Amino acid sequence: MEHEIAIQMKNITKTFGPVVANRGVNLDIRKGEILSVLGENGCGKTTLMNMIAGIYYPDEGQIFVNGEEVTIKSPKDAFRYKIGMIHQHFKLIDVFTAAQNIALGVKKGRYSLKKVAAEVRDMCDRYGFQIDPKKMIHEMSVSEKQTVEIIKVLYRGADILILDEPTAVLTPQEIRTLFKVLREMKKDGKSIVIITHKLNEVMEISDRVAVLRKGEHIATVDTKDTSEKELADMMVGKKVELNIDRKDPVDPKPRLFIEHLYVKNKEGRYAVEDVSFTINGGEILGIAGIAGNGQKELLEGIAGLQRVSKGDIIFHNPKKNKPVTFFHKKLRQIKRMAAEGFFHDPQGNKVDFKGKSNKEIIRLVNEEQVLFYEDEIIDLRHRTPRQIQELGIKLSFVPEDRLNMGLVGNMSIVDNMALRSYRKGRSIFVNKKRPKALADKIIRELEVVTPSDMTPVRRLSGGNVQKVLVGREISSSPKVLMAAYPVRGLDINSSYLIYNLLNQQKEKNVAVVFVGEDLDVLLALSDRLLVISGGKVAGIVDARKVTKEEVGMLMLSNAKADAHAVKTAAENAAEEDKQ
Amino acid sequence: MNTNKKTREPLFHLIKRANVPAWQPWAIRIGALLLGFIIMGILCMISLETNPIDAWKYMFKGAFGIGTTAKTAKFKTLALLRDLSLLLLFALAVTPAFKMKFWNIGAEGQVLMAALFSMMCIQYFGGKVPNVPLIFICLAAAMIGGIIWAVIPALFKAKWNTNETLFTLMMNYVVIQLIIFMIKVWVPNGSQSLAPSAYANLPKIAGEDFWFTIIIALALTAFMFVYLRFSKHGYEISVVGESENTARYIGIKVKKVIIRTLIVSGIVCGIIGFLLVNGINHTVSEKDAGGRGFTAILVSWLAKFNPIFMILTAFLVVFLTKGTEGIMEENQITNEFFSQVLIGIMFLLIIACEFFINYKIVFRHRTAKPQPVLAVSESQAAGSVDDRSGEAAEAPVEGASTALQTDETADQAAKEE
Amino acid sequence: MTLAVWISFLAAAFNLSAVFLFGSTGEIVVEKSGHLNLGIPGVMSVGAAAGCMTVYSLMKAGITSEFALLFLPMLSTILAGGLMGLLYSFMTVTLRANQNVTGLAMTTFGLGLAGHFMNGLKANFGKIASASYAYKNFFKVDVKLGDTGFVNSMKQIFLSHGFLVYFAIIVAIVAQIILSKTRTGLHLRAVGESPATADAAGINVTAYKYIATIIGCAIAALGGLYAIMEHLFGRWDYVCEGFGWLSIALVIFTIWRPGLAIPGSIIFGALYILKEKWLVTNETIKFAIKVLPYVMTIIVLIITSIVGSKKAQAPGSLGTNYFREER
Repeated sequence: MEHEIAIQMKNITKTFGPVVANRGVNLDIRKGEILSVLGENGCGKTTLMNMIAGIYYPDEGQIFVNGEEVTIKSPKDAFRYKIGMIHQHFKLIDVFTAAQNIALGVKKGRYSLKKVAAEVRDMCDRYGFQIDPKKMIHEMSVSEKQTVEIIKVLYRGADILILDEPTAVLTPQEIRTLFKVLREMKKDGKSIVIITHKLNEVMEISDRVAVLRKGEHIATVDTKDTSEKELADMMVGKKVELNIDRKDPVDPKPRLFIEHLYVKNKEGRYAVEDVSFTINGGEILGIAGIAGNGQKELLEGIAGLQRVSKGDIIFHNPKKNKPVTFFHKKLRQIKRMAAEGFFHDPQGNKVDFKGKSNKEIIRLVNEEQVLFYEDEIIDLRHRTPRQIQELGIKLSFVPEDRLNMGLVGNMSIVDNMALRSYRKGRSIFVNKKRPKALADKIIRELEVVTPSDMTPVRRLSGGNVQKVLVGREISSSPKVLMAAYPVRGLDINSSYLIYNLLNQQKEKNVAVVFVGEDLDVLLALSDRLLVISGGKVAGIVDARKVTKEEVGMLMLSNAKADAHAVKTAAENAAEEDKQ
Repeated sequence: MNTNKKTREPLFHLIKRANVPAWQPWAIRIGALLLGFIIMGILCMISLETNPIDAWKYMFKGAFGIGTTAKTAKFKTLALLRDLSLLLLFALAVTPAFKMKFWNIGAEGQVLMAALFSMMCIQYFGGKVPNVPLIFICLAAAMIGGIIWAVIPALFKAKWNTNETLFTLMMNYVVIQLIIFMIKVWVPNGSQSLAPSAYANLPKIAGEDFWFTIIIALALTAFMFVYLRFSKHGYEISVVGESENTARYIGIKVKKVIIRTLIVSGIVCGIIGFLLVNGINHTVSEKDAGGRGFTAILVSWLAKFNPIFMILTAFLVVFLTKGTEGIMEENQITNEFFSQVLIGIMFLLIIACEFFINYKIVFRHRTAKPQPVLAVSESQAAGSVDDRSGEAAEAPVEGASTALQTDETADQAAKEE
Repeated sequence: MTLAVWISFLAAAFNLSAVFLFGSTGEIVVEKSGHLNLGIPGVMSVGAAAGCMTVYSLMKAGITSEFALLFLPMLSTILAGGLMGLLYSFMTVTLRANQNVTGLAMTTFGLGLAGHFMNGLKANFGKIASASYAYKNFFKVDVKLGDTGFVNSMKQIFLSHGFLVYFAIIVAIVAQIILSKTRTGLHLRAVGESPATADAAGINVTAYKYIATIIGCAIAALGGLYAIMEHLFGRWDYVCEGFGWLSIALVIFTIWRPGLAIPGSIIFGALYILKEKWLVTNETIKFAIKVLPYVMTIIVLIITSIVGSKKAQAPGSLGTNYFREER
């Protein structure tokens, strides 16, 4: 054989309960190559690699390292065979320094952090890393943490490095640096496996590509002999085009004005700086940017979940001459607003409810005899999340946080529906009838796959959990719907279902904010696209006209190297937006 | 065929159970109890030279007075009921906080504080205020005492996330010293105890002073069950306990819920302190809580924070206490040490058995032998473990992968990606 | 108060500090592995009982060698404490039982076990007491009582104690060095901070947890033996429960650092002596002194949580059990 094989997997099968993660997978990893393991979310690529790394143990099949059959029961065993994996969620200890983390679990020679630091510096020189061995992990950026992870694996003398979605959290510059480092390591004779679902990266970095689909190994091809399209076809099984049915917005009216908003992150630094934009009803505003550039803080700031340091969030409710309802307002509120002169009757006379009983007021409101005098304008800053939600501003959250924010994993679907509505009514008890009806409706209409409406949502698959969450959020007729990465971790069908739901909401004149990571989707779904970079608005562009490359440029605009070039583009875009 | 070599696989691994039939946990728990009783019998045989069967008999004798006169039997049963209701009350006090994952191990101190407050009222107002209003003053004071001692750690937990386990533990000892000190203030002559007071005693029902406790315990159990299961407060407690982020997200004020829940705990502690002082002891001592604040944690935890189940678990604990006391009595042992040993062993066994309820041990290479009984239900659900090595694994699993992903492990698989 | 009284007070405080130092060093080692062991009072009692019973057996067999009287009981105390640690780690590491509940059950069990066996020896307490000289005199420096000269005073405060006091300090220093300067300590802290990370790094989490718990409990058990044989002059009493809880308090007070536990234990010892025997007759002050260790601990707990410095926090996974497949 011309290529030496480092690892050979034969007929690997792994099941989790009734779910097959991998079935009969055969895969070779050659020495000194960069192999991409490509597949959609949930295709079993991470599980497969976890079996080489000793996290899982295969139910069936054999693993050969350098031609010898081996058992890898634990990460320790994996290290013995010089296999190291860099997981998506970094396994670093926050209160330790880089050197301490790197030395963790390694038993070579006398324990000396100085020696470790020296070796780290050595490695940095060899492969082009940059890291301070004495820095504490909790003070590091994501990319620094990843570097520590890679050094950690190299320090153990790994010859085979497995990286699980290494680029997901990096800026393009950082990705470039990472790829350079990987190529250096390849030159050094290391085998590198990259788990990814990004085709362009596969084409750029890898020598060979192994494609997995639904737990099965489809093919392994040389990168030079293939194309993105061919890989995509293999990956999804059938040809999938981004064919999102985007209608032109009908009469978009401003809903939310975000003005010079500043929000701090957990570490107390500004994650959102001087951000201003408008969200219109009846259109989808896409927010593009590399993960961790302030999207989360921006949305949480608007939703009242994070303290806004400076700036205003003005909610514009186009209510002029429209009847007030009890849907978003309580009797008490309506009475107060009437006293302040907010309402008039259909004849144009002021309504102040003076001398009227509650019963009469309720009748008048229900008969639509009470109309708004002016549009309602409310500053959302200083309002509690609850007050903001009651105005109709709903937030549907990041998948990885779905069960941490938005839903309660151990509660049933019905109880999760009650999260929004349980306060309704004077009773001290929770009314479960309406939530149950809503749960059944969502299960039926969004085709949630679940044994019953009493199943804890924790037991549902990712797509179904997201359906439950989005279903609940849109059920209360929102005026603004903010969805952060709503399709992350979902298969294509579920993703389309979510896109359609968002489009439906847009057609219902809801102002939709969609934070995404896949540029193709953002461009195909949004009407306008806000590009955020380093917590600042890099530009607001027309998603129908802009090219992917232009957006890419904007996303990098706060990186110093390209700052000047993009600034003008951003300014142009901003001006366009103003007009 | 399975191509793996036997020697290089892990002997067994653990799987978290999902979807177990309802009877199974109870079968395991009863199994652990039986094992415990057998061990107790053996220990009694070795250490006390008591025939195990006699030892078990003595337990029932100690708990219910079976095999004695009717009068003793009634007395013993009532004493058991009183202890049961006291322990149940303590468990009810800690449960709302536990459900919220607030590990309050300071019920002991909270109750003692309440008792002290009640006693203070008796000391300072006894004889000056008529009995009936005084009783209510005592109740109110006890509740305030309980609330203060429960809310202090809650405030710090809410504001700065101060570790509540260690905080409440330390608070216990502060009250104990406070009571010792107050007794010295009230009884300056140096005798370490306070004589029973004649003021503000709860009326006896049917000639006994503990019916009050029993009735209140039952009423509070029902209340707490409804409160936690059906009320909006209870719902908020569950949400905060499961996920603080989600609670914030839907606009629950987490701090408010933490403090409010600890006020509820404090009120229950207040009631207990009041019952101890005005209903049962008519005096106060630092030993009044008798470690129930700690035992109650076990009671509440074993019952999975369900007040109705807590009647069962509290009964079990009280039965063990009384039963082992019975054994000691028969052997003319006057100290509580050996019964503590027996109870400790029993507790450890019951705690340990939760493991077999929550986890399944999957042994490899037992294909020829039947699976351990404990694993049967899930292996059927998952497409038998035994079949994995052969071609049979294909069929059941294929259908399953496209069907419902309801298993917990399926969720794990999803999360992995 | 005369200077002589102050000196003997300080000497007594230093003398008692070893109980807390053993207890808290042991508990720190356990907690560094991520396990909050509320069974320490039980562990200390069992350790003390095992030691006392060994002393009794030796005396009964007519062995009066100081060396045997000193080290054989220590050995059995360490063994007994280790066994309790084994039980606790089996429950919480292997069976993943709730740590608080297990710890409290172990306290019940341990107090009962120690009481049960020692109660059987009631008639022979004198024999045990008569062996306490072995603990008192080994390594002790003679001092002239009443001489308040500087050298003699220092001798009386710091050198007039039994061997175990110095052993406690050595253990605490060694524990501190191991924790902060060695690979083993790094690994142990990693296990306590984040077992999943440690596991992924190839550290045997289970082994570390077991060994740390067993060693920690063995150290804490020595505190029990010391309390009886030196502090109480070999007269058995049920003091270990209180000492145990104070030791757990001391762990927080010293923000999980055995090095800081050395001065911390002297403070706790001083407060304890102050209220028990010395100087104070006013009940109010006595009360204040009694609650001070707990109040100080609470204050430290509050301050560290307010400051929120990552260096002064409890180990990250304290109180939660680790199950590899649960992520």
